[in-house]
Amino acid sequence: MATMPYRDALRLALHEEMTRDERVVLMGEEVGLYGGAYAVSKGLLDAFGPERVIDTPISEASIVGVGVGAALTGLRPVVELMYVDFLGLVMDQVGNQAAKWRYMSGGRLTVPMVLRTQGGTGRSAGAQHSQSLESWIMHVPGLRLVMPATPADARGLLTTAIRSDDPVVFIEHKALYALKGEVPDEAEPIPFGRARVAREGSDVSVITYSRMVHVALEAAERMREQGVAVEVIDLRTLNPLDLDAITASVRKTGRAIVVSEAHKTCSVSSELAVLIYEHAGDALRAPVRRVAGKDVPIPSAPALERAAVPSVDEVVEAIVGTGLGKERAHA
Amino acid sequence: MRVEGHIAMPQHTSPPPETRVALLRTMLRIRETEERIGASHLRGLTAGSMLHLSIGEEAIAAGVGLAMRDGDLFTTHHRGHGIFIARGADLDRMMAEVFGKRDGYLQGKGGSMHIADIALGHMGANAIVGANIPISVGGGLSAKALTPGVVSVAFFGDGALQQGVLYESMNMAALWHLPVAFVVVNNQYGMGTRLERASASLRFVERAETFGLVAREVDGMDVEAVYAVAQNLLEQARGGQPVFLMAHGYRFYGHGRKDPSPYRSKEEEQAWRLRDPVEQQRVRLLEAGALSEDAYEQMLREAREACDKAVAFATASPELPVEDLYTDVYVEQEAN
Repeated sequence: MATMPYRDALRLALHEEMTRDERVVLMGEEVGLYGGAYAVSKGLLDAFGPERVIDTPISEASIVGVGVGAALTGLRPVVELMYVDFLGLVMDQVGNQAAKWRYMSGGRLTVPMVLRTQGGTGRSAGAQHSQSLESWIMHVPGLRLVMPATPADARGLLTTAIRSDDPVVFIEHKALYALKGEVPDEAEPIPFGRARVAREGSDVSVITYSRMVHVALEAAERMREQGVAVEVIDLRTLNPLDLDAITASVRKTGRAIVVSEAHKTCSVSSELAVLIYEHAGDALRAPVRRVAGKDVPIPSAPALERAAVPSVDEVVEAIVGTGLGKERAHA
Repeated sequence: MRVEGHIAMPQHTSPPPETRVALLRTMLRIRETEERIGASHLRGLTAGSMLHLSIGEEAIAAGVGLAMRDGDLFTTHHRGHGIFIARGADLDRMMAEVFGKRDGYLQGKGGSMHIADIALGHMGANAIVGANIPISVGGGLSAKALTPGVVSVAFFGDGALQQGVLYESMNMAALWHLPVAFVVVNNQYGMGTRLERASASLRFVERAETFGLVAREVDGMDVEAVYAVAQNLLEQARGGQPVFLMAHGYRFYGHGRKDPSPYRSKEEEQAWRLRDPVEQQRVRLLEAGALSEDAYEQMLREAREACDKAVAFATASPELPVEDLYTDVYVEQEAN
């Protein structure tokens, strides 16, 4: 085991897969000479040369289109979209092309492309560079959706994404790049659709992913001081979704909180809450609660930005709201 | 008519006799198949209410299609039957796809507007105007890396000339020296909007040249002219010099088969029909003694027999069972 930041773990996976398979190419804005806007691909241009680490002009729609075409014809492109907020520029190629060709061709065409991007708050980057748009992707059949929370998962899930024959949207979190954690010495692909129990507990299940895993873990630690055992489920991939892990946890605890940084309305948190009602509703001892991003554009001012997304306090409050902790103590 | 007025007709030497005949045979095959698809559509045999025929545009499909080589890649727009036929489509499976049947190229899941067959280099017909263009540039990226000498051709209509991705794509192809050809099947109308009503400038060749492409235009009703210029351009493209070809033609039917085309005059339609590319080539070969009446009749009979066979095949094929609704959403389906 080596300890390294999330950013280095991603770079390690890219380096390993580009070494392992010559068909893997990396392309996007500033991925080469600049080393990536968040320094994920630093050094890869020197290691693999400009034919495989391709700096592109600022032409997002066509960059993804070129990725789709290259994937259809034998390459395995990893395309970087600098910010998830730029999805608006590329949604035709993502939603109508990458997602559709396998099905639309009756299985004759495949699109083994990874669209790497990053989202979320934490840098006061304003409303066009801070969003969490995973529901846009999760809504479209044909796309895998990966959102790692730790360095080990960043590496293992990116390895799986690059080896996958399906199009994968891989959303990193800008506030996690410097987060350090242990990473295995050998490349171990982590299968899609297997949630991780980030913390075991018996009183309440907090279902979450990406940066919110760490917010949930902090809330869980605080609840432990009140004698409440919180289970934290890190979904890792939203498509495929590990519904079995979600229902097993909720059936065990009888309480469920869903935490997501994305806007609350028509969101991943909406979907998860309904799935819990549909598949484990009979086991619930309290209504499902959602702690999600507020339905406002993300403001730049730091205090406002923090208020726009879930905090540890809000997660604690939601847990207490299910009848645990303080309120139970009063009972 | 604008088109004849401003094309400088390049002098070209005639292709070898067998190629001249092959160009006619290909156009005839496209014409007969498209007419049969149209007739089947009117009888309610095809899937759905949308059908886009390329009748009138055969010289562009055949001229460029025959100038391409085995292994070359291509994408088309939604009006792509003719191009695929020129690249060797199996008519039975194509007809079955248009009919929405299991034995179609895509098991009926794609339909007329999405036909693809990677074995023949077809990366897919696309129903989003212009979306196939960057995909073809991606084909060029693969060709450069994996199969040098292969060219990747994007066919699209004049409607795509105002899409941003075209210009992003031309820039990237030139920047990276990719073996890509951009071929405009200019039938004068994007649905019902005449090109002059959609573009402030008609200097498309200059536009492409500005991006660093070698660009030409050609009379798209003259199959031998299209073939000659396409051969020249595709050879340059194979060497990493992307090219642009604006081929001026006409769609004899409306946007869809049932579109009565109220946005254009009967006189205009008639003038273009007088320059029918299939008829022009037939007369040219007969007059040159390169083809006998008997040989032509035989060619026509074969095209019609192939259509009979394709329609019978498509009619007999069942629809994919509903149980297959969920197959092929993902390659790694079990992960779902």
